[in-house]
This record gives sequence, C-alpha cells and structure tokens, in this order.
Amino acid sequence: MSEAGNGRRGALPPGVSRSLELGEKLRGEGYLADEGLATAIFLALKLGRPLFLEGEAGVGKTEVAKVLSRLLDTPLIRLQCYEGIDVHQAVYEWDYARQLLHIRTAEAFGEREERQRFEDELYTRQFLVSRPLLQAIEHEGAIPPVLLIDEVDRADDEFEAFLLEILSDFAITIPEIGTVQATRPPVAVLTSNRTREVHDALKRRCLYFYIDHPGLEREVEIVRMRVPGADERLARQVATAVQGLRSMDLYKPPGVAETLDWTEALVALGAKELDEALIEATLGSVVKYREDQQRALGASLSLLTGTGA
Amino acid sequence: MLRAAVTFGRLLRRAGVAAGPDRVVEFIRALGELDPARREDVYWAGRTTLCSRREDLELYDKAFRAFWEGDERRALRAPKTRISFAPMDDSVQPPKKTVERSERGEEAVRLRYSPIDMLRKKNFALYTPEEFAELNKLLADLKLSGALRRSRRLEPAPRGRHDPHRTLRGALRTGGEPMRHRFRRARSRPRRVVLLCDISGSMASYSRVLLRFMHAGVISGEKLEAFVLGTRLTRITRELATRNPDRALSEASGAVRDWSGGTRLGDVLKEFVDRWGQRGMARGSVMVILSDGWDRGDVDVLAEQMMRLSRLAYRVIWVNPLKAAPGYQPLARGMAAALPHVDVFLSGHNFESLEELARAIAGAASQE
Repeated sequence: MSEAGNGRRGALPPGVSRSLELGEKLRGEGYLADEGLATAIFLALKLGRPLFLEGEAGVGKTEVAKVLSRLLDTPLIRLQCYEGIDVHQAVYEWDYARQLLHIRTAEAFGEREERQRFEDELYTRQFLVSRPLLQAIEHEGAIPPVLLIDEVDRADDEFEAFLLEILSDFAITIPEIGTVQATRPPVAVLTSNRTREVHDALKRRCLYFYIDHPGLEREVEIVRMRVPGADERLARQVATAVQGLRSMDLYKPPGVAETLDWTEALVALGAKELDEALIEATLGSVVKYREDQQRALGASLSLLTGTGA
Repeated sequence: MLRAAVTFGRLLRRAGVAAGPDRVVEFIRALGELDPARREDVYWAGRTTLCSRREDLELYDKAFRAFWEGDERRALRAPKTRISFAPMDDSVQPPKKTVERSERGEEAVRLRYSPIDMLRKKNFALYTPEEFAELNKLLADLKLSGALRRSRRLEPAPRGRHDPHRTLRGALRTGGEPMRHRFRRARSRPRRVVLLCDISGSMASYSRVLLRFMHAGVISGEKLEAFVLGTRLTRITRELATRNPDRALSEASGAVRDWSGGTRLGDVLKEFVDRWGQRGMARGSVMVILSDGWDRGDVDVLAEQMMRLSRLAYRVIWVNPLKAAPGYQPLARGMAAALPHVDVFLSGHNFESLEELARAIAGAASQE
C-alpha cells in the first residue's frame, strides 16, 4: 500500500479533470454511467487503483472495460476466469517445444562445456509465452492497457492469491527469471457476479462499485443510444416493460443486456410498437426460464403494454 | 477534513463496515482528487473506497446521512439489535428432564461417567449441560467434506495427459532426450457443502447443537457455507469462522435477528435460491437442510423452491430431528411437500445420526 500514493500516475483521458467530464466522455463512447459510476471510474484512473465492479448479470460491468479501452485508445487485455484457471493460462507458460529444440541444437554442437550454457539459456525470456496478465504488465507504450479480469468469482481461491501480487504491486514474479515490473500500471477492471464472496484481501486493493439496474429514464436513453433503429416510442415501451419484469419477482430478472437484445429482436421484426402478440413471440430474448415466461405472459397485458409499472 | 474522514471511518467500523485505516487513507486521497465541498463527491468517494460488499452500502448510506448531514445519534446506534444466546442450561434443556422417565434416569447417571457410547445415541433434546460440553469434543473430530468431483486443476499422475513441463525438466538430466514422459490428470476435490439450519421455535431444542455442528464444519477448512433460516435468511459463514465455539456461536447469534420466531420456510428458501443458490453457490454442491419442515407460509412455494434446489445441487440432504421418533410420518405439510425433491432423508437427533450425516455429505451413505 505504501508506494501507492507516490509512484503512480493516473491515466485520465486528455481533457478530463473532473468526474463529470469523464461521464460526458463515456457517453460519447456510447456508455451511460450515472454519477456514482463515473466518479468511481474517475478515481480508479486518477489514483491508479483497480476497479472492482459487482452487480447482477447484464448490467454492463464488462462493458466498462471495453469502453475505457476505446476512450483511452489503448488495447483491451481480457482474462476470462473459470474454475481451475492457473498460472499457465493466466500469467505465463514455457514454450516446451522450443526448449526441447534448443536442447537438441546444443546436442548437435556436442561441446561439453557449452552444454551448461545452453541449459541456462533454456529458462530465459525468449522461451516464455506470455498470457494476459503478463502481457498487461509488460505492455510498452505511453498509455497503459486496460486489463479486464472478468468474473473473478468463478476462479478459485488459489488463483486469487496470484492476483494479489499483481494488483497491489503490478509486478509478477517468475521463479526462473525474476520479477517483472510494469512501467505504467494497467487500468485494471475486475468484475464479479457474486456467485461466491471474493476474498477481502483482494477487494481491499480495489475501489468497489456496485452497479444497479438503471432507472426508467436512463434505460430508455441507453436503448436509444445502443439500438439506433428503435424509435422513442418503442424504446420507452420496452424499457417500461423490462422495469415491470424486474419488479415481478422472476428467477432471473432481465439485465440491460437483455433489454438491448429484446429491442434488437423487435426492431428486426420491424416493430414500431409493443403488443401482446409481439411480446409472446420475442419474450425468449428477455426472459429465459420457462416458469418466468409463464409468469410474464400471465401478466403481459397489464404490466407490459399498460402503464402499470 | 482529515479529521472528519478519520472519524467517519471509525463510525463506519462501528456500524459494521470493514473500513480499515488503509481504506480511510484511500478515501482521503480520493477526496483530494475530487471536490470535498460537494456533497455528491464526498458521498461517492467514500462509497467506492470504504465499502467492499453490497451489504455495506446500506450501512454506509445511513452513516453518511448521519455523519455529514447531522443526526449523529441515529447512526451511532448499532444497526443490528444483538439478541444474545440464552445460556444453554435454560434454552436447550427441556424442563421435564429431571422429573420424568425413570427408566432413563439410570442411564443419565451412568452417562456422566463413561458416557461416550451412550452419548452418541442420546437424543440432543435430552442432553444435560455437561453432556453438551462432552459433545464439543466429539464434534471437534467430525470431518465434513463434500462428495468428490473432478476439478479442472491438474496434478502429477502416473498416466493421463502429457505434462511437457515436467517431461522437459527430466529431459535435461538425460541430455535433452525425453526418456521418461510425465503425465498429469485432473485432481478430485470435495464439492462445496451448503448447510441451511432452521432456527424457528419448533427447532429450539436442536438448533444449538446443529449450529455447533455447522461450526465444526466451517472451521475444519473444507469448502462450506452456513446459513440460518428463520423468518429471514442469514449467512453466518463468516461469523462461525472463529475457532472458539462459544465465541463463534455468540458472533453468529449477533448476526441473526430472528431467533426462535416462526418459519416461512418456502419464502426463506426462495431468498436463498435467488440470492445465492442460482448464481453458483448451490450449483453442483451438496445441500443440507436441517429443519423439521414446519412451514407457516405457502407450501407450494416450498415445493417449487425445493424443485429448483434439487435441479441445481448435486445432492439434497434433509435432516429432520423428528424423524427419529417411532412411527414418524412426514405429516408437517412443508415436509411432505419437500420430500419428493430430497435425495437423502436423515434424522440428526443424536450424535450418531450426525456422523451418518457426515457420511452422506461425503457421498458414502446409501440413497434411501
């Protein structure tokens, strides 16, 4: 924690010195963040801290990283976590085929005193294949990359321990080589669906933000922005319906991603207005449990087309 | 400002948010980047730096309102009303114990001396305080680990997938010639075990022991989650993680707001499946429900939630202390509704049955 204060420079996009301005920039890239999220992103960039995003599936957690990489004009390095992920898939791996070939070459030369040298060479940088985390740390360039560590909660505890070193010091220790230190720390975004509680030690190193479902007005705006083919009336109806669905106590309430899918489906069908028949035909793009669908269809007239919600 | 920030941090800690000094430092740095004169800026700076769980947010909001907008008294009050465990001699002990059952009376006398065997068979509802103390020792030896499942992590093995890393290391010794090939294969790991314990009034004579049992499981270091079901759902895994059983139980009781109330089993199970189960906690896990199946709510809800649970979990085990009674029939409506979705139905009224439960969790018990 100690070096955190001095060593790090922020990676704010040019022309941004306040969180509201950042919010505007994000909007320019097609992401509508409320003030809280804008402030959280602003602080993460300014303080050089990883940002830990939690929230329901489909509220746009992953999207934050993508839009940041567009905004900063820097590559997005993504690590999708899953159970059993380990160093070889996340950090680095030795290139065994090349190493073997190298030994064979040494054999061909056949000189005994040379042998030792060849063997020493085996564990050097040139035989190392870098995986996302090492790539992010080694990245050269004026602007640090955006490192997205997606769904950390799916990885197991052993893997969280690796992340600790990387996220607090932005360094990776490779036993055979030594410590690789990032010249400029990547902009790290971690997401979690909360399938399990991520360790406090990891969270302590991050700024924390919980993304909620958007309110009606913001959702309408999001639909309008992301699905240009949908006109105001349809967008509003869809957003209202989705808000209604969320209040309906479903197994899996739809996220913003589902709202967008649904709107796209409707636009593809040439819909200008939502009606019961259309809902029935397209419900599969928002509600994905059979029980939920029945519940939604049962209430479709009052809740969806009506002004009920 | 600095002073205010530090005091605010202390207030939050008192309210139950884990905002350590390092987080407060972060908060102060964040304020330096924003405009501390604006309410919104202070609010969001604090929320992103001082909170780390969704549960924190509500506490934070309260504390924020109180601290930065006056009304300090309201926040200083602890957010949870602590209801402490009644000491065990009067809570668990059935009052009739000393009076009735002459034929058991002899047993009880002998039990005090070399009782282990008897103790193992004795119904928890009839335990004396000394026997509870004895039980702690027994529980300490109990291992709770879930049935095995294949993990995606690999370990060295005599056969399986080729392991180039170790093969190469070996080849160095033989002049670059990979004489012996090495292999690795997926390791087996125990499944997650999720324990849900009913603490409603009707379970009172058992819930204390069952909580001890859960505590023994949590501290054994296996992957285990513990919840209690009352009128609401409370996760107590963290609270139980303290080694000392008495402290763990008092921590847990502090977290629970509804001791010995009524149960709305279906609704509470629904809360579990919605908030934790479906997202992953129940998937492929061994689910253990410790309850007598009395449900004051809608039985259909319970049946539906049990069905969801049985689809998610690897195995659903229901432990009902009443099952031990001779001629027991699942007459409680909730129990009858739940049974079709239960894989293993056990009694859990004495220590021996808890051992049986441990075996069932490990996947060894026969499916009845």
